[in-house]
Amino acid sequence: MTQQSILLDGLPVPFEEGQTIMDAAMAAEIFIPHLCHHPEFKPQGSCKLCTVKASGRYVSACTMPARDGMEVENNSPDLNDKRRTMLQMLFVEGNHFCPSCEKSGNCMLQALAYELEMLSPHFNQFYPNRPLDASHPQVLLDFNRCILCELCVRASRDVDGKHVFSLSGRGITKHLIVNAESGRLADTDFSLTDKAAHVCPVGVILEKRKGFAVPIGQRRYDVDPIGMQVERLAHRTTTEEEI
Amino acid sequence: MEAVVQNRKLRLATTSLAGCFGCHMAFLDIDERLLDLVERVDFDRSPLTDIKQCGACDIGLIEGGICNAENIHVLQEFRRQCKVLIAIGACAVNGGLPAQRNHLSLGQCLQEVYLTWPGIVSGQIPNDPELPLPLDKVHPIHEIVRIDYFIPGCPPSGDAIWKFLTDLLDGRTPRLGHPLLHFD
Ligand code: SF4
Ligand code: SF4
Ligand code: FES
Repeated sequence: MTQQSILLDGLPVPFEEGQTIMDAAMAAEIFIPHLCHHPEFKPQGSCKLCTVKASGRYVSACTMPARDGMEVENNSPDLNDKRRTMLQMLFVEGNHFCPSCEKSGNCMLQALAYELEMLSPHFNQFYPNRPLDASHPQVLLDFNRCILCELCVRASRDVDGKHVFSLSGRGITKHLIVNAESGRLADTDFSLTDKAAHVCPVGVILEKRKGFAVPIGQRRYDVDPIGMQVERLAHRTTTEEEI
Repeated sequence: MEAVVQNRKLRLATTSLAGCFGCHMAFLDIDERLLDLVERVDFDRSPLTDIKQCGACDIGLIEGGICNAENIHVLQEFRRQCKVLIAIGACAVNGGLPAQRNHLSLGQCLQEVYLTWPGIVSGQIPNDPELPLPLDKVHPIHEIVRIDYFIPGCPPSGDAIWKFLTDLLDGRTPRLGHPLLHFD
C-alpha cells in the first residue's frame, strides 16, 4: 500500500493508521499550537488551541484522526487570530500575573501568547478570587492560573491511579478541585513522584523551594520560541528535566 | 521638488499611573539612543520634563494601571491629547502587581496596611482631602480608554522599547518578536 498522507497547509505530511492530525504534524516537526495535548496522555480536545480547518470544517487537531488526502489549514491568519482570542479569554478568566509567577518562561500558555503575538488581554479582566492550597509539604497549588486542561486529572486518574484532581461545576463556575473531604492536597496520597505533579502546562502545580532555581530570562521558552521546539514537544515526557 | 510638509518633530508625552516607574527606568535604558530620540521628538508632559499638563501630542506612553480617581483623570487627559496612546508594561496591560489586591476589599487592605500590620503604633488611615480616592479595584488602562498599542513586560527591555518606538516613528507597524516580547 502506498503511504497515506494529509495536505497540511499544502504540504504532504505522511501518517500511520490511527494517528491524529496533531500526531502527523508533530512527527513532521510542524507546529500546531496546543495546551491540553501531551504525547503521554490520551487526548481530550478541550482547550481548542489546536483548532485547524480540515476539509472546510473547524476541528481539534489533537483528536481528529488523519485521513488520506485530507486538506488541513493550520498556520493561517484566520486560525491564528481565533487562537489569539482564545488565549486572551484564558488570560482574563484567571489571574495571570507573569512577573510574579514561578512558571514564567517555562509556561506553555505564555509561550503561545508570545508565539501568536498576543500583546494585550483585550477583554476585561475577571480577577476571580481563588485561594491557594499550600497544605502539601512538597507541592503548592495556585489555582489562579488553572486553564482547566485536565492534564493533571488525566495523569492522576489514568496513570498514577489516584484520582487526586477533578473538575467541578459547569460553564464559568467550572474549577479544579482536590478529591479530599477537606479539599486540601495534604489530605490526599498525592506525591512529588506522581506524574500529575509534573504535567501542568501552566503555573498551578508547583514544586516548593525551587521556583527561581533557573533565573528568568534563561528558561525554556526564553531561549527558543515554542514554535521552534516541536521535536521536544513531540517526545516530551513528564520526567523531562524541568528548567 | 521641495517637500510640501516640513518634517516636523513629533511630540511625546509619558506618565506613570499605578506603576513603580520601572518602565520609565527601562525607557532610560535606551541609553545613548535617547540622543537619537530627541533629534526626532520633543518631550511634552513627562517625569523627564516635569511639565504638569499634557499638551497636544502625537504619542503618549502610559505606565501603570488605574488604582485611584486621579489616575483616571490623567489617563483621560492623555487620551484627549495624544493621537496614539501606548500602554507600556505589565501594570498598564493587565493591572499587574497592584491588581493583586483585587480579591481583597479596599477596606481590608487599608486596615491591614495602616492599622493592624505588626509594628504599627497608633496608625490611622490617611484621609487628607488632597489625596486621590482609591478605587475598589485596580484596572488595566484599556478598560477605561481606547489604547492603540501595547508593550508588555515587567518592565519591557530598553531594546524592546527602542524597537517599538523606532518602528512607529519610521512608519512601520510596531512589532516585538522573540526575544523582545516577554511578559516578565
Ligand atoms: S501560568 Fe503562565 S501565563 Fe499564567 S501567570 Fe504563570 S507564566 Fe504567566
Ligand atoms: S492544574 Fe494545570 S494541569 Fe491541572 S487542569 Fe489546571 S492547568 Fe491543567
Ligand atoms: S490541544 Fe487540542 S484541544 Fe487542546
